[in-house]
Amino acid sequence: MSDGPADESAAAPDRTPSPRADVCVVGAGPAGSLVAARLSRAEYDVVVLDAGPRFDPDERSDRMERHLRPGLDEPIWGMGGERDAYSSSGGRSYPLNAARVKGVGGSTLHWQGMVMRLHEQDFELDSSVGLGADWPLDYEDLRPYYAAAERELNVSGASDNPFAPPRERPHPLPAFPPSYSDSLFAEACETLEIATHSVPNARNSEPVDGQSACVGYGTCDPVCPSGAKYDATRHVERAEANGARVLDRVPVQRLEHDGAGDRVTAAVYATPDGEEHRQTAREFVVAAGGVETPRLLLLSASEAYPDGLANSSGVVGRYFMDHLFAGVGGTLDEPTRQKHVGFNTTESHQFYDRPDDSRTAIKLEFLNYAGPAPADVALGADVFGDALLERVRDAYGNRVAMGALVEQLPRAENRVRLDPSRTDDHGNPVPDVVWSLDDRTRRTLERANEIQRAVLTEMGADVKWTVGPENTGPAYHHMGTTRMGTDPKTSVVSPRLRTHDLSNLTLAGSSVFVTGGAMNPTLTIAALALKAADHVSERL
Amino acid sequence: MELTRRDALAVLVAAGAGSLAGCAAPRASDGDAGTGDAGDAGPVPVGDSEMETLVAVAEVVYPSAVDGVPKFVRTYTGGRVDADDAYARGVAAAVGSLDEYAEEFHGDRYAALSESTRREALDYMSVDVVDPVPDGTAAQRVRHYVVNELLYAFYTSPTGAGLAGLENPPGHPGGTESYREGPGR
Ligand SMILES: Cc1cc2nc3c(=O)[nH]c(=O)nc-3n(C[C@H](O)[C@H](O)[C@H](O)COP(=O)(O)OP(=O)(O)OC[C@H]3O[C@@H](n4cnc5c(N)ncnc54)[C@H](O)[C@@H]3O)c2cc1C
Ligand code: SF4
Repeated sequence: MSDGPADESAAAPDRTPSPRADVCVVGAGPAGSLVAARLSRAEYDVVVLDAGPRFDPDERSDRMERHLRPGLDEPIWGMGGERDAYSSSGGRSYPLNAARVKGVGGSTLHWQGMVMRLHEQDFELDSSVGLGADWPLDYEDLRPYYAAAERELNVSGASDNPFAPPRERPHPLPAFPPSYSDSLFAEACETLEIATHSVPNARNSEPVDGQSACVGYGTCDPVCPSGAKYDATRHVERAEANGARVLDRVPVQRLEHDGAGDRVTAAVYATPDGEEHRQTAREFVVAAGGVETPRLLLLSASEAYPDGLANSSGVVGRYFMDHLFAGVGGTLDEPTRQKHVGFNTTESHQFYDRPDDSRTAIKLEFLNYAGPAPADVALGADVFGDALLERVRDAYGNRVAMGALVEQLPRAENRVRLDPSRTDDHGNPVPDVVWSLDDRTRRTLERANEIQRAVLTEMGADVKWTVGPENTGPAYHHMGTTRMGTDPKTSVVSPRLRTHDLSNLTLAGSSVFVTGGAMNPTLTIAALALKAADHVSERL
Repeated sequence: MELTRRDALAVLVAAGAGSLAGCAAPRASDGDAGTGDAGDAGPVPVGDSEMETLVAVAEVVYPSAVDGVPKFVRTYTGGRVDADDAYARGVAAAVGSLDEYAEEFHGDRYAALSESTRREALDYMSVDVVDPVPDGTAAQRVRHYVVNELLYAFYTSPTGAGLAGLENPPGHPGGTESYREGPGR
């Protein structure tokens, strides 16, 4: 470990490499910035390279307005354009640039912020019900890291979930109490014997560490102006305070390795002035998200690794998974008080664990933001004055909706590969997301809709729409593309998150997931990132 | 239902023009003259006459039961204009287009027309049906900088959205109590 020069302030626009870095982290989303915060706290010299910009926190209110007002079409977080070009094939189109943010903070700038632990069954799906594959580690292995991740993200939650895996202590902050509409759902669920419970949220229910408590802007996804919603800039700031350097707008083009193909020697990155630089380090951690991580490995093909770096197994990019959205919505003949806040306060994990191999996991959500807000109606209306108010009242006020995440199992044909026919702004082949749905996933979507319809019908709702197998879409959780395992022939990283092929290359993020369950992935990403940091630290 | 200066300030704070709105008197909101000197920024493009037009539009796009429209519009627009020159120019130009249209087809500037003619003018100009486009046609710019600006201010304010039963609308930091309260709060 070297002493990082104290005057090397991260705010400086200096984008030249650090001379003696211990660790080079690629990507400043939650995975990369947690690794960086942890390793820099242990006084290692850490450099973080992110492809996207540093966003000015003072501009968050403008972004919120852009989100709320039609006509201001500039993307909220700058996604799109040549830098982010991609292809989509395989049967289901995948809207990749709606599903990620490039920049310091990564996709958590845009995310919703629901954070739950995977269940014990998720880690042993094959051996318990003959589905998918087992992880090479179990819930107990990850449990202390889950607890640590909840502290890092200041999770607001309660221990009222009868389906949740065992936990050691309460969440760091109290849960957000249920909404008024939750109480309407609760009655129906009680009759149907569906147990409901709170939602763990990575947003502050109380002010903490100098951060604001949630103040109810209600625009969490895509932007929280108050900063009450967790985003990874918090850990970027911590890493920088510990002396780490975080460089923005420096997309890594490829990783280089030594002659023997045993160790990564440098991350080659481009700067906005068109120059290329080489960042050397003792350890490398790639945390570029579930699509860009495999892409970077594929772009780093060499003589020793003709199919892509760390890809002697041939599975880099394979087993791409996302969660599918299922939903049913309608109207009640009474007010439902939606859209005060932008997050949910009640869920049910009763249908999560799989009874057998007939279906995958279902996570049920009771939405607090069904239907349009008054401004959504008004800004697109073709009437004004009293007629407009009438229309706003018709559209807002009595909507209810349930959502669900549905699990998709890993299948080799779903994958991220390079599309040699298109290149990005640096001339690199773009990622091609090959994605399709199988019958079991469809059946599970139908089952989710069935439960949702039963609840809405029990409430006396007039059901107006359904999102099911035909019109479902991804929940923007890219998983599985550099899977973890003990066998180097069938997996990319070990349970210590290090690639089997290169002894100083660690991958952090949902790309290492073996199966995806139906829980939003970021708490597990954070837990694995902390685990990865421990293992990197052991080697330094 | 009374719209207040507080409502306008709430929207401004949410829109990030809060630091200005928090001052005793946002400059343009006291709007003495369109030629007033606003320091380095040069003349304020949104002066009295522009404000009058905005208020006149607000009176037809807002529900009739609402009082306090002039003060609300002046406070809100003033805060926005003071905070952002480009925005101010966009508003002034769109107001100019609307006034030109009113003069050409209705024989007088917009604010001088009767309420029913003002309503008709928006329809005839197609402002009711076009998309809001900041650099689009005259009608699209009027929709963006004038009508939607006013509707945004109104329907993201506690009073405006409150008329539809949502006193803590998206964009308004109205706390974390209201979502728990039932309709009979
Ligand atoms: C709309 C939306 C809602 C979501 N809601 C939830 C939710 O409620 N709960 C949940 O758990 N998850 C949610 N997610 C997912 C969550 O945001 C991601 O799981 C999480 O951000 C992934 O973290 P990461 O660090 O692995 O990747 P990211 O956050 O995507 O960060 C990757 C970073 O790597 C950088 N990068 C990429 N390529 C390169 C390169 N070549 N060189 C240098 N840098 C590079 C990118 O610029 C980016 O900053 C949501 C996502 C979206 C889009
Ligand atoms: S409701 Fe969402 S956007 Fe508003 S303060 Fe809370 S977390 Fe942030």
